[in-house]
Amino acid sequence: MRARKNPLLRTRRPLLPPGARSRAAHLLAAAAGQGRFELPCCTACGRFAWPMPELCPACLSEVALQPAPAAGRVISATTAEVPADAYFRERAPWRVGLVQMDCGPQAVVHLGPDCAPGDKVALNLMLDRAGQAVLFAAKKGQDMTADPQWHEMTANPRDRRVLITDARHVAALPLARALVKAGAQTVVVGVPEDWKPLPARAEFATIPGVTLLPLDLVSDRSVEDLARDIGGKVEILINTADWPRPGGLGAPTAAADARQAMEVVAFGLMRLARVFGPAMAGRGADGDGGAVAWVNVGSVFGRAHPPVLAGYAAAHAAALAFGQALRADLAQGGVRLLTVLSGPTEDDWFQTFVQPKVGGKALADAIVMGLMKGLEEVVVGDLARDLLDRLAENPKALERELAQGRF
Amino acid sequence: MILETLTSALATGAVRVVDLTQTLTEDFPTIVLPPEFAPSAPVRIERISRYDAAGPAWYWNNLSFGEHTGTHFDAPAHWFTGRDMPRGTVDTLPPEHMIAPAVVIDCSAESAADDDHLLTRAALEVWETAHGRIPAGAWVLMRTGWSLRKGAAYANLRADGAHTPGPDAEAMRWLVQDRGILGFGTETIGTDAGQGGDFQPPYPAHHYLHGAGRYGLQCLTNLHLLPAKGAVLFAAPLKVHEGSGSPLRVLALVPDAS
Repeated sequence: MRARKNPLLRTRRPLLPPGARSRAAHLLAAAAGQGRFELPCCTACGRFAWPMPELCPACLSEVALQPAPAAGRVISATTAEVPADAYFRERAPWRVGLVQMDCGPQAVVHLGPDCAPGDKVALNLMLDRAGQAVLFAAKKGQDMTADPQWHEMTANPRDRRVLITDARHVAALPLARALVKAGAQTVVVGVPEDWKPLPARAEFATIPGVTLLPLDLVSDRSVEDLARDIGGKVEILINTADWPRPGGLGAPTAAADARQAMEVVAFGLMRLARVFGPAMAGRGADGDGGAVAWVNVGSVFGRAHPPVLAGYAAAHAAALAFGQALRADLAQGGVRLLTVLSGPTEDDWFQTFVQPKVGGKALADAIVMGLMKGLEEVVVGDLARDLLDRLAENPKALERELAQGRF
Repeated sequence: MILETLTSALATGAVRVVDLTQTLTEDFPTIVLPPEFAPSAPVRIERISRYDAAGPAWYWNNLSFGEHTGTHFDAPAHWFTGRDMPRGTVDTLPPEHMIAPAVVIDCSAESAADDDHLLTRAALEVWETAHGRIPAGAWVLMRTGWSLRKGAAYANLRADGAHTPGPDAEAMRWLVQDRGILGFGTETIGTDAGQGGDFQPPYPAHHYLHGAGRYGLQCLTNLHLLPAKGAVLFAAPLKVHEGSGSPLRVLALVPDAS
């Protein structure tokens, strides 16, 4: 249990590590954000390179990211006691090192504890607080969760206060359990339309540290009131609000359902972002337990749009667009936005969809994993992964297939 | 002369104005349908500006809601039985129907004891023995005390649907066909009982009222401030083009008991 903040002290303003990168280097940010260990590799001679070059340093050919062996050996290790950069100065001492990667290049890396020259290390491609890809080397298999440098790169729920926005989502209950198990200090779970029965209310009540509070994302007042109460006490916000209603454009209820989906999924996110966003971005460096992550639990159908889910897909596409704006706002405080793209979930609304579907616990575990690794995008479910692969490979073919109901 | 007498009575307090309207809020329960049916939009109040950068000297909101939210009026066209009624929508409603006498049937004790209490014809006849015949063209208001409940207790939803008091089918048939009432009003979300969908006919208040071109009022409050008879109701829905109903302000004129 972390100590309470001294209310007489000024909240530390968020500073960020150096964020300037080449345009090409953002390929690494995408890989790091998705948890892929990939390095720039020459498309002609096959040599790996580091840092991200514009062309192959050996033969001047094009480079592209390729999966690489995530291991190396420490050449030298240094502890910066008084760094010149203001971000690192506040967090000193800070360990850095030079590593000989097994795949060839040498790299300056952030270094885990107890790593000495000659040690074998595992390499991690991670996003730092500026949202840029960096290499982090640590002894293989070492538990890094207590390491303050690793802590800066991730969004560990331990000792943090979490808001889950919609208790009615299939993942909400297992998510509350998983967060408490991961050491979250408190978990507030919003209940939309609190005047309706919540079947899992008794089960929520049995989880220590979990509190249910009314929260309707379709209401400015409801969202603002909750922010007035706890906006300054949320370090991880997980938006689970959803309105899945199957139906194409011609469905009898299409207009009403699409409107409500937009209100919940897209405008609901905007309402949250307007009040919780600035509050969290302002607390991005508020001690060890400062605000650290915002999770939007979205649908893969926001990227791949089946006609039978027209309104639902449109709402999630809108939410993805809002999410990019929110990510930019949160980034000013070093708070990361994790987008979760789920396939159809195991609930009444996707009842007729073919298996495999995503269970609440699988979704909850994926969210906690994404936080622990400090990711920006997590895809959950075989169908979701398959759809995104097909979208990247041949988007027009996927459009045609979805039009024919071929998921 | 009559109106001068009325305004004088209002000024002296000999006639009081009682507000029978719930405040229109975003979290007030609305009717719940099986979710495969299209839902009503809830009440939403979104600020445009409040003396701020969005409008430095003025305060105003965007307001949206379904026609059947908050304290609201049901027009005949709301139900299939009233679809062919002339002047059956709120924009064509005869304005003289918007001011009418009201009688109050006190079912508060029975409703406190039984969430599913049903108002019967027998109970109405007992009321008539005490207060006289229910006048044709009057509102009949069912007082249950339900408006004192809040949130989940007000909606009172269970696995088999809502459990709220209301009229039984024979009571509604009798009120409409034998007494010629203008409309029926309740403190609950609907004019029908929570379990009214399983009555014969289903939703008898909607069925009989609207089938005869009569009206419904629901989500009323302060009915305990009204006498059993002698009040006059002002119930004027918004003039929505082809509207099936609307939220409205319901006022009662009541002779001062003291």
